[in-house]
Order: sequence, then structure tokens, then C-alpha cells
Amino acid sequence: MIDYSEENKVLQVEHLKQYFNMGKPNEVRAVDDISFDVYRGETFGLVGESGSGKTTVGRAIIHLYEPTSGKIIFDGQDVSKLKTKQQKQHFRREMQMIFQDPYASLNPRMKVKDIVAEGIDINHLAKDDADRTNQVEELLETVGLNKDHSSRYPHEFSGGQRQRIGIARALAVQPQFIIADEPISALDVSIQAQVVNLLKKLQRDRNLTYLFIAHDLSMVKYISDRIGVMHYGRMLEIASSDEIYAHPLHDYTASLLSAVPVPDPEYERARVQIPYDASKEFDGKPRKLVEIAPHHWIRASEDELPMYQKRLQEKSRTKKIEN
Amino acid sequence: MENENNVLEVRNLKINFNTYAGTVKAIRDVSFDLRKGETLAIVGESGSGKTVTTRSIMGLNSPNAVIDSGTIMFKNQDLLKKNRKEMDAIRGNDIAEIFQDPMTSLDPTMKIGKQIAEPLIIHKGMKREKAYAQALEMMKLVGIENAEQRINNYPHQFSGGMRQRIVIAIALVNYPEILIADEPTTALDVTIQAQILDLMKELQAKTNTSIIFITHDLGVVAGMADRVAVMYAGKIVEYGTVDEIFYNPKHPYTWGLLNSMPTMDTTGTELPSIPGTPPDLLDPPKGDAFAARNKYALEIDTKQEPPFFKVSDTHYAATWLLDPRAPKMTPPEQIIERQKHYAKLTHKAIDEHKDKHVEEQEEQL
Repeated sequence: MIDYSEENKVLQVEHLKQYFNMGKPNEVRAVDDISFDVYRGETFGLVGESGSGKTTVGRAIIHLYEPTSGKIIFDGQDVSKLKTKQQKQHFRREMQMIFQDPYASLNPRMKVKDIVAEGIDINHLAKDDADRTNQVEELLETVGLNKDHSSRYPHEFSGGQRQRIGIARALAVQPQFIIADEPISALDVSIQAQVVNLLKKLQRDRNLTYLFIAHDLSMVKYISDRIGVMHYGRMLEIASSDEIYAHPLHDYTASLLSAVPVPDPEYERARVQIPYDASKEFDGKPRKLVEIAPHHWIRASEDELPMYQKRLQEKSRTKKIEN
Repeated sequence: MENENNVLEVRNLKINFNTYAGTVKAIRDVSFDLRKGETLAIVGESGSGKTVTTRSIMGLNSPNAVIDSGTIMFKNQDLLKKNRKEMDAIRGNDIAEIFQDPMTSLDPTMKIGKQIAEPLIIHKGMKREKAYAQALEMMKLVGIENAEQRINNYPHQFSGGMRQRIVIAIALVNYPEILIADEPTTALDVTIQAQILDLMKELQAKTNTSIIFITHDLGVVAGMADRVAVMYAGKIVEYGTVDEIFYNPKHPYTWGLLNSMPTMDTTGTELPSIPGTPPDLLDPPKGDAFAARNKYALEIDTKQEPPFFKVSDTHYAATWLLDPRAPKMTPPEQIIERQKHYAKLTHKAIDEHKDKHVEEQEEQL
């Protein structure tokens, strides 16, 4: 079980804003005032449509962007305030990323062993050449590849295998936090399950924390402990994955869930998609994330709160009846 | 045509690709029917031959494709024997296709009105004004708002979902008998995907078009298909009605596919996955191509390819497990759950039938 106490927070995102083309006519508010926490050892799923800003959040957290405003605190330190080279390098060791497209994220001109060992070299984690080879081979075996694979090039591998190489590269520097940005959406169904199982196993063995960004909601539900739902650069709802699927409070969450195709013909025949009217998000009322029930956050204005509270009560009542 | 309800009959299709590495046996003896007004879903992993199958129906395979054997019968004519000019007359007229990526399947330099009207001008010899008027009707039908103004827009002025609606409008403007949809919603968000799928169902009800729907998303299949064919390594391994495939699957590969996709209720520490990777079709394995990844494989699977065994009039599966001599195997737990559900469903269907029968008798009395 995850320890949801104050001390166990590994990442705090506070009022993060990430605007592009500031002050120009084509200004984009990709992320607009987002706050959430991630606890050690958990998987936090980030879902939303394309353009909702979920990838931008991931990139801002790993400090590929300088935030327009707001704070990202990792392990007690503000990511934008890291000054010395050592501090920055330490941060990059602790936090790693797995990318969406395994065809684009591996350098085609480098051998697998050099791709995996790049982090080891930069951080001087290997005593000598033999140690480096050892570490690489161990990593490859950890992710389910063969040590003979180390002298091959990326093009010799299938999509699933490449994604394993990407995972091995991320693990090479022994990080504690991994951002996985749509790590399985480019893979086939049968391979997706293999990679998800691998990610879960690594999490158990190494006590990793994941930020799992995806649009495949059934997979996110399966892998995540908690889920945040994003829309138009804002966080609309955060709750445990069971809670969010069983009792979505926000209209957008309900609409998103109702659109997910389920491999069950009977369910599909009866499915009714709930439409979502986004215009009320722009009625000008001030809204913020409110913790409406323990660990269940919702973006609401003052006058909407009673409505959500009522929804919550109705839902917990039906839950009791079901039980 | 063997059956008058069929609009398309594919028989013993074998297609090879000549490559520098050797001959890739991409389609290894595929046969199926497409019935009037139905949606047939073809599911399988990438490289299983779904796209090559439909490309050969359209006559769009790359030049290094060699048709080894087989026939594709459409209106009593073999499409494989047609030359390029004859295929041009069929493509976009009798048989149309919606491609996966709406960003690349539209011409970026042509106004969308012209792109939708083009099939009418080419195939029906329509005058520009009349064709544009019909294109406008089509745009309204696929749900593009302000069609009168937007007919003069270019593709980049539309969102992904709207572009896919335009692609659908182009495909359907001639009311084709067969529509091939190759992963039409894979590039779209779930909410947009749901809209496009609903649109396709609605239009199918209006036009009675037969659809071949290619996808790897079993959730989409469950919602769209009347019948399902599961492909693996260039072959169909199981086919049946959508209920038969989802609630009473017989082939271990179908079991694996269904189990590896988590549903909203899936919990537990490990997803049941199919180990390994698909075989290399440069040199397909002897016997059942799935044997190496199949924990239910029998000895005979490595020696001899399984034929199709009949499960019901509409349901066939190519696995030795269905042979009467095969040892009894217990399918995975989740599949047993599905089969229990199937038993309930079929009983219900029988009961309903009985009730109806009784009612009829009562009326007669």
C-alpha cells in the first residue's frame, strides 16, 4: 500500500503554468495553473485528450521547459533553482523518461550497449570497461532482452524490444522517478501487456515512482494508483483510479469514460456516450481544485461545490446499496 | 458468386512480397466472405496481413507483391484479374477506403469541396455544379457545420476528427457497395473516435454499405462488428459472429488477445500477456505458426497445420484443440467467465424464442 502522508511526497507541482509564445497573438496556455502531488512508490496516471497539456506537464517536471510560473519541487528541492552542475546532474539521475515512439527515441547510429550506457558514462557509474559491460548486460536481462543484443543497432529490433531498450536506458542511472509518456501506445496489443507487466515488476523490485501519461484509459486504470484528468491545460479531477472510474464527479471525466470502447459486445450495444459541454469552463467564474472527499479533488467554483457534494453523497449511497 | 448474399468472396488468397532478404509470405491462404450490409472486422497484430488483404481487394499493393494464388470475386468478376484501368473504374466507385491517418490521406493543396466532388466528376461524369451540390449534401450528412462556407476550406483548416469526417464523405459520396476502413480511428482521441464510429454506423444504416473494418482495438470491434475474423501470421485463425468471438472464443490466440487487453474491471499484479513475438514470415514455421507462443500447443501443432474446425454454422477456428482426439484443455479463467456469459446469452435467446413461439400458438388458439 502507498503511504499517503505528507513526508512521503516525492514530487509537488504547485500552480504550474506553462505558456508558449508569451505576449504574441498566438500565445498558447498549454498548462494553466496545475497543482498535484506524487507520492513515493505510486503510479500517478495523467489522462486527457491530445492538446490537453499532459505531455507538457511531463516535460516541465523533468525541466525540459522553464515554467512560466509556479513551482516543481522534487525531493524537497525546487527544480528551477538547481544552480550547480552537480545538482542538475543529480536531478537528472533521479528522474528519467521513457518516450512514446521507440522508433524515434533511440539513436540509429549507436549500438544498444552505448545507448544504454550513455547515462552510466556521464555519471561515472562504472569502475572500468568490464563493469560497464556487466551493468549493460544485467540491465538488458532485467528488461527481458538477451545480452547478445548489446552489440546490435536499434533497427534490428521490433517495436516492443526497442521500448525495452528505452526502459533499460532509463534504469541505467538507478532513478527513483520515471516519467513514461505514452510508453505503450505505439505497440501492438499483445506486446503492450508485456511492457506493462515489465513496468509493474520493475516498480515492485526497485520501489520506483511513475508518472504515467496516456490516453488509453483502460490501461491507465490498470496501472495507476491515482489518476489526474486534464482538459484544456487544467486539472479537472484527481482521485484513486478505482474511485475515478466507479464514481466520476466531473462531467468531463464521465464523458471521457463513456467514450472508452470496451471489448464486450453487449456493453457496447448498450453504451450511451455522455456529451460534454466545455463552454461552462469558460464562464469566467474562479475555479480551483478542492478536496471534496479524502484524496478526491475536483476543479470547481464556490457555487458548484454543493452540487458536487450532492453527487458524491448519491454515489456513495448507491455504493452502499450495491454492497 | 457462391452465395447471393455475398458482395465479396475471397478464396485461397496467397500473396508474397519479394524483398532483398527473400520472399515474405505475407498472406498464406486466406478465404472469407463479406455479406450485404454487414460489418466484418479483421483483427490482428501489425504484420499479420490485415492491410495487405484489403490492399489486394483495392488493387493497391506495392509493385513487389506477387499474387501466388487465389480469387477475389466481386459482382461475379475476379478483381485480381483486372488491369489497372479496370480497377480505376471500381476504386472510389464500387469499393472505397478510409485510411488510418486523415492528416496524410487528404490533398493539402486542394479545397475539400473539390476533393469530395472529385469521385462524382470522375466516376459519374457529373458537371461541376451538380457534383459540388452533392458534395455539400455529403458534408452535411457527415456532420460538418457551416458546410456552405467550409466547402472552400483546405484540409489544414480542420481538426483531426473533422478531417476524418471529410475522408468518410469522399469515400461514401458514390454510395459504394464496399467500404474498407483501415484503422480509421487509431489516430483520433477517444471522444472523437466515439463520434466517428457512431457516424459510420449511422451512415451504414442509411446506405446499406458493407464494411470491412480493420483494427487492433478489440473494444472498437465489439462496438462495430457483426462478424469478426482474427488474423495471425498471414492466416485467419478464427472467425465467427461478434458474440461468438468475444464470449465463446476457441483459438488460444484469440484467448491471448482478449486477455491482454485490460477492461475497466481488470485488477491483479500481472496482465495475462502473449509471450514472445510473431514469427518471421520470410520463413514461416512448420505447423501452426502460433505454436511457439502458445502454452496450449500440442505436439501435432509443430508438425501439421490445423484445418478449420466447425464450432457452429457461423463459427470456425483453426486449432488442433478442437479435434475430437485432442486432450481436454482448460482455457484461462477469464475465458471461462466469458463462456459462462455466452451460455447465459444463448439460453436467453432460446428462451425468448420459446416465449414467442408460445405467444404465437396462443394467438392461433
